[in-house]
Amino acid sequence: MGSTLAGEGSATPLTPNKSPLRFGRAVSGLRARPRIGDPLFKWATGFFAVLIAGLAVLIMVEMAINSKLPIAKFGFGFLTRSVWDPVAEQFGALPFVYGTAVSAVIALLISVPISLGVAIFLVEKAPRGLSNPIMFIVQLLAAIPSVVFGLWAIFVLAPMLRNHVYPALQSSLGFLPLFRGNQNGLGLLTAGLILSIMVLPIITAVTTDVLRAVPGTQREAALALGSTKWEATLIVLQNARSGISGAIILGLGRAIGETMAVTMVIGNRPQISASLFDPSFTIASAIANEFTEASGEIYLQSLIELGLILFFVTFIINMLARLLVWSVTRGEGRGAHV
Amino acid sequence: MSNLARRKLINNAMTALTGLCALFAVASLFFILGYIFWGGVRGLSLGFLINSPKPIGEPDSGIANAIVGSVILITLGSLIGMPVGILGGIYLSEFGSNKVGLLLRFLIDTLTGTPSIIIGVFVWTVMVHPMGHFSALSGGVALGIMMMPIVARTTEEMIRLVPHSLREAGLALGAPRWRVTLGVVLRTAASGVATGAMLAIARIAGETAPLLFTALGLNYLSTNLLQPMASLTFQIYYYAQSPYEEWHDMAWAATLVLVTMILVLNIAVKILTRNRHQQA
Repeated sequence: MGSTLAGEGSATPLTPNKSPLRFGRAVSGLRARPRIGDPLFKWATGFFAVLIAGLAVLIMVEMAINSKLPIAKFGFGFLTRSVWDPVAEQFGALPFVYGTAVSAVIALLISVPISLGVAIFLVEKAPRGLSNPIMFIVQLLAAIPSVVFGLWAIFVLAPMLRNHVYPALQSSLGFLPLFRGNQNGLGLLTAGLILSIMVLPIITAVTTDVLRAVPGTQREAALALGSTKWEATLIVLQNARSGISGAIILGLGRAIGETMAVTMVIGNRPQISASLFDPSFTIASAIANEFTEASGEIYLQSLIELGLILFFVTFIINMLARLLVWSVTRGEGRGAHV
Repeated sequence: MSNLARRKLINNAMTALTGLCALFAVASLFFILGYIFWGGVRGLSLGFLINSPKPIGEPDSGIANAIVGSVILITLGSLIGMPVGILGGIYLSEFGSNKVGLLLRFLIDTLTGTPSIIIGVFVWTVMVHPMGHFSALSGGVALGIMMMPIVARTTEEMIRLVPHSLREAGLALGAPRWRVTLGVVLRTAASGVATGAMLAIARIAGETAPLLFTALGLNYLSTNLLQPMASLTFQIYYYAQSPYEEWHDMAWAATLVLVTMILVLNIAVKILTRNRHQQA
């Protein structure tokens, strides 16, 4: 809707430079002056738009330049090496890639069903008077800073998990290597759990937009054929599935880039361990934790290369997510470009 | 009949289940806010707000340095991010309905989706490293970069909401396009642009990661832009990681201050936008 309006705007015959009547000059009949205001305005505002867009490119270039040492030394092997030894100057990204991927997957496993449930409740079940305040509360959850989630996770979530949840998990599921061993409460699973709360708002918001964009006639048709409300909802979900996948992938992008809360509870140790209780590291938390104390050029540049990997991964994820969401909402709705 | 009963049962069960999910989301916010309130309110006092940190064990330690630092950093960020964002947004809405606009929008959204820690590393490589030391200025730049894409996209959206007849009326009076855009269109969209800017401020106010390698932190009150500067978020991170009980309490109290600030901004925006909808 918005884009068609503006499209008409630039094509409408009333804009001065395209008008056959040349309003500006014709009104007074004064000597026609060449107008420099409009082109100047266009170029000036254009400069700033290009500046913002250019920053995205510049960030990539700058990080690539500043990680040329490890790129030259380790090549693509950087991605598959699991050694991280600043003293011997041997660096590999695998433990961080592993920690990032596993914590994000844990986060999604928990938050996706809940977010879908909230979104279905808001769009299909709740009356407006209830769904608007709930939506606002979910937005407020998204407004809470990462470092605050981290603080809460250190002093509330982690002790709770250490004292009650992890022992129970180990006694019931301890035959799996996933739930065995160290239980100080700071580790991969704790990071995944706090991430799941943090990505819940974004997945909920985008899914809500997507579900709202599904035409009401589909629900009515299903109901008219005698389906229950839930069966009609299933059909809506079916038709919104690409948009919902977009919402989930957007949540994945958030989980991967999340820094502070994860850094505070993941335990910060570059290792690949079978146990989810064990300390680990994500790409973002490694940068946050080691960057200021990195001594030696190649150490520092390896951290920057980790950042470059993170940039590329989030770039691809966000692009994919936006395409999927857009395929359902066609640009309508708030979440389309979050 | 038993089939229908089963289907109805599933229907009711799913309604209850989705309702529970909503309840969980709402409850988790209040659960976290509750902890922040009870954890923070103990340590909160006038002295806490107007004193700078003191060594462990001394009474009347405070976070005035972090509050002042945060205000300076956010102001810097806004001064950098808002004009650029608003002007860029004007371009997108006025001249961006073509392929160039699509490309710009794509790159701007890429910047929005870039993890904030990467913005921090970027500013470190272009400012902190060449200058040779951490500085509040570089922190402000990092926050400004985070703001730009958000402000640009909300400005664009708000300008697009302005009825086309207004623009045409201005042009019909013979005003050049730039005057119509600035004097009529932007003015009409001003409240929307302002609320967008407020949300962007609320967003950067909670950022820690871009400040880690730029403004760093500082244990005393300083207003020197070329030196490191404290911020509420960095202080919370620093105190939370420390082994001292006293500092943990200060982290909770600082969190209460920060979260109150951010929630007030968000709720204010909600109230402002609700009034606008009622008038429309």
